[in-house]
Amino acid sequence: MNKQDIGILVVDDELIVRESLTKWFREDGFRVDAAENGAAALRKLQGNSWNIMLVDIKMPGMDGIELLQRIREITKEITVIIITAFASVDSAVKALKEGAYDYITKPIDPDYLDHLIEKALKEQQLVRENRQLRDTVSELSTAGEIIGDSPEIRNVMELIHTVAPTDTTVMIRGESGTGKELVARAIHNGSPRRYFPIVTVNCGGMTETLLESELFGHERGAFTGAQQRRKGKVELADGGTLFLDEIGNIDMKTQMDLLRVIETKQFTRVGGTDIIRSDFRVICATNKDLEQAVKDGIFREDLFYRLNVFTVCLPPLRKRPGDIAQLAHYFLEKYTRAMTKTVKSFTPEAMHALKGYDWPGNVRELENAVERAVVVCKGPSIEKDDLPVQTVAAPRPDGRKLEDIEHRYIAEVLDETGWNITRSASILDIDRVTLYHKIEKFGLKRKQ
Amino acid sequence: MNSIHLLPLGDVDRGIVESLQQPLSRVFRMPVLLKEANLPLDAFFDEARGQYNSTAMIQFLRNEQSALARLHPGREGSHERILMVFGSDLYIPVLTYVFGEAELGGRVAIVSYYRLRNELYGLPLQRPLLLKRICKEALHELGHTYGLTHCLLQDCVMHASTYVEDIDLKGDTFCPDCIAAVQNPRA
Ligand SMILES: [Zn+2]
Ligand SMILES: [Zn+2]
Repeated sequence: MNKQDIGILVVDDELIVRESLTKWFREDGFRVDAAENGAAALRKLQGNSWNIMLVDIKMPGMDGIELLQRIREITKEITVIIITAFASVDSAVKALKEGAYDYITKPIDPDYLDHLIEKALKEQQLVRENRQLRDTVSELSTAGEIIGDSPEIRNVMELIHTVAPTDTTVMIRGESGTGKELVARAIHNGSPRRYFPIVTVNCGGMTETLLESELFGHERGAFTGAQQRRKGKVELADGGTLFLDEIGNIDMKTQMDLLRVIETKQFTRVGGTDIIRSDFRVICATNKDLEQAVKDGIFREDLFYRLNVFTVCLPPLRKRPGDIAQLAHYFLEKYTRAMTKTVKSFTPEAMHALKGYDWPGNVRELENAVERAVVVCKGPSIEKDDLPVQTVAAPRPDGRKLEDIEHRYIAEVLDETGWNITRSASILDIDRVTLYHKIEKFGLKRKQ
Repeated sequence: MNSIHLLPLGDVDRGIVESLQQPLSRVFRMPVLLKEANLPLDAFFDEARGQYNSTAMIQFLRNEQSALARLHPGREGSHERILMVFGSDLYIPVLTYVFGEAELGGRVAIVSYYRLRNELYGLPLQRPLLLKRICKEALHELGHTYGLTHCLLQDCVMHASTYVEDIDLKGDTFCPDCIAAVQNPRA
């Protein structure tokens, strides 16, 4: 921050104090002004922005404490430092209770004064940054709130509610597109760490070296291309939450490093020797079968147990079809607003198609489908034809016609047997050729 | 012609004052002359604090200067800067002490080496270090008379220092931005 942008207001009835402090801060490059009493100070609050006010506690008329109270009614933004003529503990404590930042006694030690101002400004900036961060975060969480009223999603919300305020490590499991990152953010936002950042590391699709430097940062020259020292995500998450997405994709070496930093909260940057501490909470997410990965020897068992303390399982969308309509309307509103279009609803046929589809890509696929439909839609409602082809190709039958029931039942049996045609045919008591015909007729496909 | 007048005050160590001449003249590119001061020092002494009020001393010299300017308008050398050099402790009323003071964008400044002496901190006397410190402070206060405020660069002599170690940490030259302001004033 440019010092000229920082405003300091000195409030004191003694001219010599006003003059010397004004001069002192002006030499430091700050924007400075002075007021000779409380009323004048309050007038100077209008139309000016002050970062710091130094207020004499003993002034005729409105005294420093009263002025402090008046300032606090107007704003919480200004740091108020009280000046006393001699150490009077009582009034100083009163000032601190009223929200003063600190108090200093006249004559002031210049070294102390400089450091106090520096500290106050640093804290002010930190508060501002956190507020900005908080705004961004809450924007994000309202933009993508976890939507639904099904028992499955209500259970998820209850789990989030339970675990959020603790510091417990959380593992979020679910197919891709089910909204694992949203859950991570919701947990972070409900925790005491919410004023600090949630830092996401996408562990998928990164080379070992890249992931290591992404996590732990590197010193200049640590490897080819490392031209600057860089802080890693673990360091950036200090005070907040480290969200490790696609945790199932990390290599064995990084697994070990990760285990160590989770246990000790200490690490060194790649190519560095300094021990750096970071206080973070771990939330991880995966769509992989980690238990199997442990059995196969490609995921460390100790790390698995470290991470798998509290699990939130996100159901695939097809397991909560009751939420499809609500989600679809939510995304419809989101994208009509973003594109300033006036699409109001879905035609019954379109909604029928949405509810009938399997959504292998889950909520994300639904969101994409609605977004695309809003783009191509010409009328007041989204038609079946506005939806992506695959969505309408093989509707899941939900009617009560005999054919629908047959369709549903065959699909169920196939799912149950893992598409073992012989076993399915035997359960259905039909021959295999007939089963093949039915599969073709109903357009059934094996789910991945 | 522009010049800097050094005013030794009271029983100041003359050698220290003279040591400033060369470096100041090199940096500010003008003659640095030793002058005699006529300051009623007692008037600025605070018995209770055992210190001299630097603000009042600067004020006194400024008034004297403007009186002189009124008496001799257009007098040659009326653009000189004045740096008082003192060996006693200085204060400005609201602070416990200062190493020096200057008129920001004015012509009068003062420095004292009282708090720059190692002996004050129970360390062995080190004259070369003392000369280095007072030189930095002289450059710094004169820098303020050119309107310079504190510089964020650690190496620049305009970097703020409220503690004697701070002086040792900072450089003894102006950074490019600050020197530009000194050598092309009002540019
Ligand atoms: Zn200064
Ligand atoms: Zn500078």
